[in-house]
Amino acid sequence: MKVPFLNTDTLPYCKGCGHSLIAKNTAKALEKLNYQPLDVIMVTDIGCHGIIDKCLNTHTVHGLHGRSTALGAGISFATDDPGKKIIVFIGDGGSTIGLQHIMEASRLNLNMTVVVHNNYLYGMTGGQTSGLTPTGFNTTTSFDGNPFEGYDICALSHTAGAAYVSRIMGICDFSDNLAIAFSTKGFSLVEVLEICPSYGMKLNPRRKLAEIVESSGRKPGEWTNNREPYELHQGQKNQDLLATLPLIKKGFKSYLKKPLSMVVSGSAGEGVQLSAGLISKAAISSGLHISQKGSYPVTVGVGFSTAELNLSPGHINFHGINVPDMIIVTSQDGLAHNRKRIEAMKSGKVFIDSSLEVPQTGADVIRYDFRSVGERNASVFAVFFWALKSGIISTESLFKVIQDEGKGDKLPMDKIKDALSKVK
Amino acid sequence: MQENKKGMQTLTDASRLIIESMARAGADAFIGYPITPANLLYLYGSQRMPLMLAAPDEITTLQWMSGLAAAGKIPVTATSFPGYALMIESINMAYMMELPMVIVLVQRLGPATGTATCGAQGDLSLLRGQISGGHPLPVLCTSSFRDCWTLPAKALELAVNLRTPVVLLTSKEMVMTSKSFDISVLPEIEKVERKYYDMKCDGKYKPYKPTDWVPDFLPVTQSKHQVRINASTHDQLGLLQHSTEEAMNNTRRLEEKIVKRAHEYTWYELDEMQEANTLVVAYGITTAAAKDALGQLRAEGEKVSLLIPKTLIPVPEVYAEIMDSYSKVVVAEENINNQFSELLYGVRKPRNHRFVGSMGKMITPQQIIEEVKA
Ligand SMILES: Cc1ncc(C[n+]2csc(CCOP(=O)(O)OP(=O)(O)O)c2C)c(N)n1
Ligand code: SF4
Repeated sequence: MKVPFLNTDTLPYCKGCGHSLIAKNTAKALEKLNYQPLDVIMVTDIGCHGIIDKCLNTHTVHGLHGRSTALGAGISFATDDPGKKIIVFIGDGGSTIGLQHIMEASRLNLNMTVVVHNNYLYGMTGGQTSGLTPTGFNTTTSFDGNPFEGYDICALSHTAGAAYVSRIMGICDFSDNLAIAFSTKGFSLVEVLEICPSYGMKLNPRRKLAEIVESSGRKPGEWTNNREPYELHQGQKNQDLLATLPLIKKGFKSYLKKPLSMVVSGSAGEGVQLSAGLISKAAISSGLHISQKGSYPVTVGVGFSTAELNLSPGHINFHGINVPDMIIVTSQDGLAHNRKRIEAMKSGKVFIDSSLEVPQTGADVIRYDFRSVGERNASVFAVFFWALKSGIISTESLFKVIQDEGKGDKLPMDKIKDALSKVK
Repeated sequence: MQENKKGMQTLTDASRLIIESMARAGADAFIGYPITPANLLYLYGSQRMPLMLAAPDEITTLQWMSGLAAAGKIPVTATSFPGYALMIESINMAYMMELPMVIVLVQRLGPATGTATCGAQGDLSLLRGQISGGHPLPVLCTSSFRDCWTLPAKALELAVNLRTPVVLLTSKEMVMTSKSFDISVLPEIEKVERKYYDMKCDGKYKPYKPTDWVPDFLPVTQSKHQVRINASTHDQLGLLQHSTEEAMNNTRRLEEKIVKRAHEYTWYELDEMQEANTLVVAYGITTAAAKDALGQLRAEGEKVSLLIPKTLIPVPEVYAEIMDSYSKVVVAEENINNQFSELLYGVRKPRNHRFVGSMGKMITPQQIIEEVKA
């Protein structure tokens, strides 16, 4: 049994509203293409055109003002069944507020059709000017003619990449035009031009649709892009995120008896976050618990780079660090970012590059030329130096991490070892 | 799980745990738009989820998710306030349409763009008031790395079972800090089982006819029964109505399904100490400070208990019952207006309640200790 697409001849629009013709021609086009109603998903926008749902025997999805293209896109992403048809009904108002969604669906060439009901104004809310209202057209909010040009929605969709775009006069039988769009693979958009009798006709007496279209400069036409329709590209997926985590074996000892908070700071590009990671992993391999977080300006490639670490023989809950127990500073950027902290230290240790001025502090200050191994390695070297001097973790544990992670080639290990051997 | 790795530590951040948890629970898609401090979730989502889509903005994010959900998928996303603000109308839409999805909200310091890289707990009041009509939308909050494993899966299950968007609330310091962690202690996560309307039924399918408060689901991509999904006021068929009795009952049901079935998703931890007169209440990132504070206070011989609410909205009644049984209650959260207490008591906070707040800095264990002793 053939089920019709419309369950009634009496559509809910004002007398003479062009929306009726769009609904009827849509039904006719789908019937011509032999679709079954339940293979069609109608996504309707908020506006007069959107009150069609109850007359349709298709699936109906009724969302928000302007968002129906994106909502339909979501359904389109979920199905690769060529037997399904997703059609969006939207007004010129919805196309204005939801322009981005039309651009995006065109760009991705999603399998769906958008039917723009362009009656040149916001019907449901009382005939206000929309982004598609042409110059000189009267609306309730521009009664002596819209001073601006309307968007060319077809050109926008076409240049964004839609496979098929057409602009048609919403008169007589235009089901064949719609059928072309509905059978297009990829994204299609049809702008149907019409006049809203309740506002458009009243406010623009004696003007005819053909003349308005002519004077708007947006004439009927067809535009295509020879593009492949959207297809799901799976890429490298479904990696178990836990399986890729390194499991760190305990191979070293630490004599740390109570929690220690520390900060490593320097300049971007000088290995600060890398060396903090070295400490973390070496500390874990020494049986400690750790927390680690980085902070740097939004422009990650310049300025300071700071890492905060907690090392503890027991479980770490709170990881915030106000005044650290120890701090390693290898550059002026790092010093500027942590000067207050260093000044606030009443005890503990500050490891600071010998080129830097030392702030007033209650901590023991250990100065050394960390930058002698090259500025890019200053932070890594300083961390080895810190391990050697503080004894909290061994330099062996740090070397092991570098070896395990295959970072040995990227770091001048001989230089670092040589420099370490000179430390007294 | 992962028996062979028992006791071995790894270094991870909690963003990774959240995404893996949701993937194992059956999330089908991650829709992303970049925003600090939710970027790690986006990164992991793109590596892990069967479908990853880069949306051009957060309104699109929620719309795409809704379309996917209408077609039977379970989508997730992660954002922070600026993105969340853009999503709210669409979240209302998904709530009204009854579409399952999880939104991870990573709090940062506001208002507006505020400080992207600074943590905060300032969005609870917004979450309570986000649905027009004042209806509650479920919000679960992670208070530890373990929660970042267990709760995302529960959020997904809840979203499916109640057919609603669910917010998983967390914050910058929780998801952007790496810690040593023994992943072998994490419990298995079961894939969420989806129940559909029985397709063998030949009667008329009513998309919004409830069984146990929640309507049976059918995707718009099947061809047996007509599905109508509607964000406007609607009847059980999903047809637009002004304010008919059936439609009002349907809208009322949206609230009722969340409230009446709240017992299925009331999660909290209560670390009670016998004879304690003081209760500390903390959730989210502040829980870590509260645990340390409790450890120190107890070591000094103080008797004090700790309540960690995980289900924040709808507020389980049991929280007030627990709080009422203490002569002193200290609520700690990283904002300056005590949003959690306001949620429970409005502006008339009980006299025995004290508040430890902060802005732009994590609350420290010391601050909580001082207030307990004060
Ligand atoms: C976010 C939002 N802003 C405003 C509105 C109010 N609104 C409802 S319908 C409508 C205009 C619809 O005009 P159009 O899209 O051209 O469709 P028509 O009524 O002409 O068919 C507007 C602005 C809304 N529903 N949502
Ligand atoms: S107000 Fe205008 S657009 Fe709306 S139904 Fe009436 S004629 Fe059509």
